[in-house]
Amino acid sequence: MDIHEYQAKKILSDFGVKIPTGGIVYSPENAENKAREIGGSKWVVKAQVHSGARGKVGGIIICNSPLEVADATDKLLGKKLITNQTGPEGKIINRIYIEEATDIKHELYLGLVFDRSSESIMVVASTEGGMSVEEISKEKPETIIRSKIEVAVGIQQFQAREIAFGLGIESKLISRAANTIIGCYKAFSELDATMVEVNPLVVSHQDEILALDCKMSFDNNAMFRRDEIAELRDKTQENSNEVYASDRGMNYVSLDGNIGNIINGAGLAMASMDMIKLAGGEPANFLDVGGGATPEKIVKAFKLISMDTKVKVILVNIFAGINRCDWVAEGIVQALSKIEIKHPLVIRLAGTNVEKGNEILKKSNINYIEASTLEDAANKAVKALG
Amino acid sequence: MSIIIHKNTKILVQGFTGKIGSFHAEEMIKYGSNVVGGVTPGKGGMTHLNLPVFNTVKEAVDQTGASTSILFVPPAFAADSAMEAADAGIKTCVAITDGIPSHDMVKIKRYMRRYPKDKKMGLVGPNCAGIISPGKSMLGIMPGHIYKEGKIGIVSRSGTLGYEAAQQLKDLEIGVSTSVGIGGDPINGSSFRDIIEKFENDDETIAVLMIGEIGGPQEVEAGKFAKENMSKPVIAYIAGLTAPKGRVMGHAGAIVSAYGESAIEKVELLKECGVTISKNPSVMGETVKKVLVENNLN
Repeated sequence: MDIHEYQAKKILSDFGVKIPTGGIVYSPENAENKAREIGGSKWVVKAQVHSGARGKVGGIIICNSPLEVADATDKLLGKKLITNQTGPEGKIINRIYIEEATDIKHELYLGLVFDRSSESIMVVASTEGGMSVEEISKEKPETIIRSKIEVAVGIQQFQAREIAFGLGIESKLISRAANTIIGCYKAFSELDATMVEVNPLVVSHQDEILALDCKMSFDNNAMFRRDEIAELRDKTQENSNEVYASDRGMNYVSLDGNIGNIINGAGLAMASMDMIKLAGGEPANFLDVGGGATPEKIVKAFKLISMDTKVKVILVNIFAGINRCDWVAEGIVQALSKIEIKHPLVIRLAGTNVEKGNEILKKSNINYIEASTLEDAANKAVKALG
Repeated sequence: MSIIIHKNTKILVQGFTGKIGSFHAEEMIKYGSNVVGGVTPGKGGMTHLNLPVFNTVKEAVDQTGASTSILFVPPAFAADSAMEAADAGIKTCVAITDGIPSHDMVKIKRYMRRYPKDKKMGLVGPNCAGIISPGKSMLGIMPGHIYKEGKIGIVSRSGTLGYEAAQQLKDLEIGVSTSVGIGGDPINGSSFRDIIEKFENDDETIAVLMIGEIGGPQEVEAGKFAKENMSKPVIAYIAGLTAPKGRVMGHAGAIVSAYGESAIEKVELLKECGVTISKNPSVMGETVKKVLVENNLN
């Protein structure tokens, strides 16, 4: 789960990381007042959408008066921001963050992630702040500092100091920088985060170490014990069909193609998408209804797919194990008695009692194309596009 | 031989009396697995499915001599149960539970480092289908009848894609020595490398089918291990060719976040390691057959 910049900054500041003074607003009037309240002579108006690279597409505006702040807010609110991370449909701007401008001396990069090889938490830092970590690793890999943290004892002062010295921070600011790194680590480890990225982390001309932009992601599997994080979720930043699916316990990812998929198991779902592509088609979605594929889940899945206007053909691919194909087939028949499907439907059942399952489908009055293997199913789905 | 589980492996079920635990314990018993009891804290002394229930894993191990456990405990308590198994001297624990937080997985793995290598529990999963040595024992939630007894080792992240492979092999009359599901989580108990090493050392297994997916370094690490240390052929399929970058595809671990983690990159890196690639998921069985013929192993 992702959260907004301003939410992430609030969290980091609770862990002792310094952030510029700022506040969230929902209207131009609000924004003007907030600018006066913050004081100073220069402000930054920042669109709050779940994406980086906002500055490149006009999502971050520097203003020299409270009136300019109001104008900039007016310009951004309600618009969709399209960045290289949002996809072509963009993300709606409903919240604006107003912040005092920072007098930047150096821009640095600081990130924390799980390192899947060493199964520990990894701090990644670079002197090249402002660039994405992918760009840094491509263009300035020699600037990257990595430090593995032993999770049982957590980050140590010396490790944070080593990173800070590695970033070329002046001696008098080392302990400030180290405390910033330690604060980010604590937020990561104490709140079930999967990513904390401060980019840029800046050294100001006033000798402050500040988190200027911040992204945080959290482990969805840990939300049962993180109510305070779960409530930061902003569903307006997510695809509406994906929200519908996740609210109903389904794993769904919206894609650009036109063949809708209903599949049990994440691996089989990815494999079926691959087969569609190899057969010359494009999947409209990833959907894993779960290993069980119960009739209730099949009904929900058909509802979800029929909400997607891109879909022209539906492919159902179920490998029934313990749950048996005859039972899955009955679920499909039940589902189709409740929902009208206008598009061609290709069904491939495999596994336990497959003959019985196909028999049930044939005897029912549903209009479908039967497929035998994964490849056959993909070919028939692409052919059905016409 | 098979790997990890054999005909007489004594099995405990953690989370035995719950709905899911009971259902799959019965399926395992029907298959012929040697389930000797279960653990549900607070229900010790009861009898369930004609088997004894214990309060602690230690007690269960003392009384039954069990070496292996399968875990159906809900995500919030699963890490605790896995560590309890490790401490009670369980040799292999398969965690079926889906949804264990990554921070908990890191904690379990760190905790297990306290044991010397010969006393350290092998954790398989979580979020996996489990292990089956066809005709001998089933320690998982798979449909046992789709696996034919034989000589191919299967290791897969995905459950259903592993079933797909077993079915394809069976249709070609090729059997399986052991099939291991290592699960779809970013941090898991056993890696592909851990399992293929066991297959290399198993007399019965003649070739290994590895079914991976996008995300993480494990498939490529296994490929490098195979190149340097394996005499047996390895065949692989990697799912997720069409998966967009940066999105989680169902499995928490199925996300491309670095170089070498996309399906195309993994396939290229595995080819360099001498691994034979099944070009699509419909021909996993055929590809295994082809490799067997080429190596005079059929």
